[in-house]
Amino acid sequence: MIALLAEVPYWGQSLLRVLGGLVAVLLPAGTIVYVFLFKMMSFMQSRLGPMEAGPYGSMQLFAEVGKWLQKEDIVPDRADARIFKMAPIIVLVSTFLLVVVVPFGPEAWFTDFETGVFYALAVSSISVLGILIAGWSSANKYSLLGGLRAAGQLIAYELPMVLAVMGVVIQAGTMNLQKIVVAQNTGAMFGLDAIGHPYVISQFFGFIIFMIAIQAELTQAPFDMPIAESELVSGYMTEYSGFRFLIFFIGEFATAGVFAMIASVLFLGGWGVPFVWFGWTSVDDVANWMNIVGPLIMFTKMMLLVFIIMWIRFSYPRLREDQLQRFAWKGLIPVALLNIMVTAILKVVF
Amino acid sequence: MIAQNIGFLIIAIVMIGAALRVVTTNNVVHAALWLVVVLAGAAAQYILLAAEFVAVTQVLVYIGAVMVLFLFGTMLTRARIGAESDLNNSYKKLGIPVGLIMLAAMGLALTDSFGDEKLPESAKVVSTQEVSDQIFGPYLLPFWALSFVLLAAVVGAIVLARKD
Repeated sequence: MIALLAEVPYWGQSLLRVLGGLVAVLLPAGTIVYVFLFKMMSFMQSRLGPMEAGPYGSMQLFAEVGKWLQKEDIVPDRADARIFKMAPIIVLVSTFLLVVVVPFGPEAWFTDFETGVFYALAVSSISVLGILIAGWSSANKYSLLGGLRAAGQLIAYELPMVLAVMGVVIQAGTMNLQKIVVAQNTGAMFGLDAIGHPYVISQFFGFIIFMIAIQAELTQAPFDMPIAESELVSGYMTEYSGFRFLIFFIGEFATAGVFAMIASVLFLGGWGVPFVWFGWTSVDDVANWMNIVGPLIMFTKMMLLVFIIMWIRFSYPRLREDQLQRFAWKGLIPVALLNIMVTAILKVVF
Repeated sequence: MIAQNIGFLIIAIVMIGAALRVVTTNNVVHAALWLVVVLAGAAAQYILLAAEFVAVTQVLVYIGAVMVLFLFGTMLTRARIGAESDLNNSYKKLGIPVGLIMLAAMGLALTDSFGDEKLPESAKVVSTQEVSDQIFGPYLLPFWALSFVLLAAVVGAIVLARKD
């Protein structure tokens, strides 16, 4: 893989990386929308969902995208036009920046960043800026309320997310996502190395906190106060139409996919299989075909985690604003801090 | 090193332009957004210096937390759309000399302590482990002192905000 890429000039490599990034963001987003939003939700509500466009309605998404692209790009009269147009792009860019550090195979990564997890947490917080200024620049009180609610919620749930990741970082001893994958697949529990050491077992509380936090970060129900349609029309997205709404829409599901990928890297062993299965000892031994199989394993794990996120989204009613804040500050953060303490003590003892 | 110098120049020009817009624009939210550009530029400069941990911290703390709280605060209180006329006050003239004095003092301190010293040709990436070894080794006491200052600030903020 690397030998193949080494002969491509630098601009060619960059182009390939950009294409790879587009695929890694848009393909999961499209699959999530079709499989979960269109089909799973419909089946849970005893209906068929889209059936007309393509076999089992599988081309419905293209029809929807085409519809959105044709619509007029409306900017409200009293809105701050430049910032209004900029906001959805900031949200989508933060998703694209996020996928850059996710490893998909032993050599299939965009960049092998030493402070990978930390970087992911940092750029994911940029999308809050986009949401805030979307709410403000719409010149609409519902939008502003939605934007403020979103900002309050995202700040509150970013903390437990960071703290939950800390447990994994302490256990793996590195912030590099690739090395976290290797540490999980070369590790052993109680001398048993048959399934490696996925941190979902030893960091179970961290995993639960992380999943709750990303549910809130993605503003999926039961944490959908910011876009609560019965109170705020559509929150910060109220005034958006046409392709700008489409960008918000893609951003929402693409971020769900990327966060699920990061969760699977941190807790489920990422692209890897336990290295003892094939007698590998380090990441250099890993066979070349893992660069093809690895992304597929990642995709499977991502779909599994997004399935859980969507399952909860379609099952639970919305939390009230004060319950939502209290849950983060008085529930998740103390538990996450306790988790870090216990992990650090056990790390030193063993 | 030439590529780094050109990169530094481009980012520095963008930062200076954005910094000027922070003080000249007549809308609070626009000023805050230009400030985001300045802070992101600083993060880019850290990357040029191969200090990726500091760069990521800059993004997480300043863009992800400080600026979001800043925008949150202004939007809750006084953020109208369009130009505002009462943003400039009479201390404007005082601000310029203070800024220039700060620039001179910092420039002097930098040239005085480093002089003609140059960065090594191949800038080594400082690993996060080295940073943490330094913080939790020789710099442990200042780190604790800073933690206490922050804790005091947090407690103070809660005391001020509580009505009862």
